[in-house]
Amino acid sequence: MCALCGVLLNDHWAEQDGGRRGRTFRVGLVNRVLDHFGLELDDWAGRVYVLRDRKGRAAVVDNLGVLWTQAAVFAGRPLDPLDPELVRALD
Amino acid sequence: MPLTEKTPVVLLTGFLGSGKTTLLQRLLAHPEMGETAVIVNELGEVAIDHHLLRRVDERTVVLGNGCVCCTLRGDLADELRDLLGRRERAEIPPFRRVVVETTGVADPAPIVYTLLSEPVVKHHFELERVITTVDAVHGLRGRESLLQAVAADRLVVTKTDLASGGELERRLGALNPTAEVLEVSFGEVDPDVLFGGEGRRLRDLPAASHAEHDGVQAHSLVFDEQLDWIAFGVWLTMLLSSRGSDVLRVKGLLDVGGSGPLLLNGVQHVVHPPVHLDAWPDDDRRSRIVFIGRGLERSALEESLTAFVRAARQ
Repeated sequence: MCALCGVLLNDHWAEQDGGRRGRTFRVGLVNRVLDHFGLELDDWAGRVYVLRDRKGRAAVVDNLGVLWTQAAVFAGRPLDPLDPELVRALD
Repeated sequence: MPLTEKTPVVLLTGFLGSGKTTLLQRLLAHPEMGETAVIVNELGEVAIDHHLLRRVDERTVVLGNGCVCCTLRGDLADELRDLLGRRERAEIPPFRRVVVETTGVADPAPIVYTLLSEPVVKHHFELERVITTVDAVHGLRGRESLLQAVAADRLVVTKTDLASGGELERRLGALNPTAEVLEVSFGEVDPDVLFGGEGRRLRDLPAASHAEHDGVQAHSLVFDEQLDWIAFGVWLTMLLSSRGSDVLRVKGLLDVGGSGPLLLNGVQHVVHPPVHLDAWPDDDRRSRIVFIGRGLERSALEESLTAFVRAARQ
């Protein structure tokens, strides 16, 4: 836990490189994926992310690992990257 | 050993009766194993004259939101912290490596998770490799045996005096193409053979290979184009989240644009922090990723990852 802001620090393996620019780039790519499921992600101060659905629900998520679990809750199904419709949508 | 240097940990696993205790016993007889601390579950079975032998009672702490593989092995964390403290206070002889022998039915993933996540342990120890024994008489037996074999970086086929290991070695090599397969009889092996080498080379797996055991298959993917690491991370975290129970092992050397590859290594949901290597192990500089799991189709993995990498470029 960070003593200054109370935000849980994390060092998720998939987010160790790239810095601030990488984080912005990551959010952009994730949003292309989430759009297929009616969801959207915002970066919050470079510390955590905020996941939203179109019904107005929102959840704070620490990292990519947690993101997909919460997104599955909002979408009502697991978000499978091998889903052929998602692959077509990204292409 | 400099304070900044992490002590390597070797995980020795293998099903009940597969010969891991015999292997450990013979290894401990070698003089160069003197600077090795050993943590075992069953003390009675191992030679007890080794001065750095410790016993733990397997004790798992199930985390509130964790799955089975994200379970903390509290016993192991306590023991490693204790070893560390005693070494620093010079209460025990110095050691340069720790060997952890698991019980025969242990799932290796919680041990890997403990080494990577426990705050003190992860700063002072690093998992060097997983060595799994499989006996040539019985082969793989049940779920735990399979999980142990696919988690291995070195697979040791034992009891080849009783049964021929050839066919088993071929099957194991195809099932876990990330591991080196060795044949060892009566535990007779030079410690350097087991503990030496970098163990980072991925053996080639023919594209059409369909080694299967109990529905588990290994798929080797090769990418000619450079992979964007951020896109890869997005893709793999999503895959592990949605199909985590089907993915038993991921290991790869990725071309992410540096002079050397990025080494990726994961056991079930537990992924090691990726490491940038200085150089490629050979002339082939294409990204190579091995997935071992259930119900995964090679073409689906390939098309999906390609779509993510291309989407990242747009």
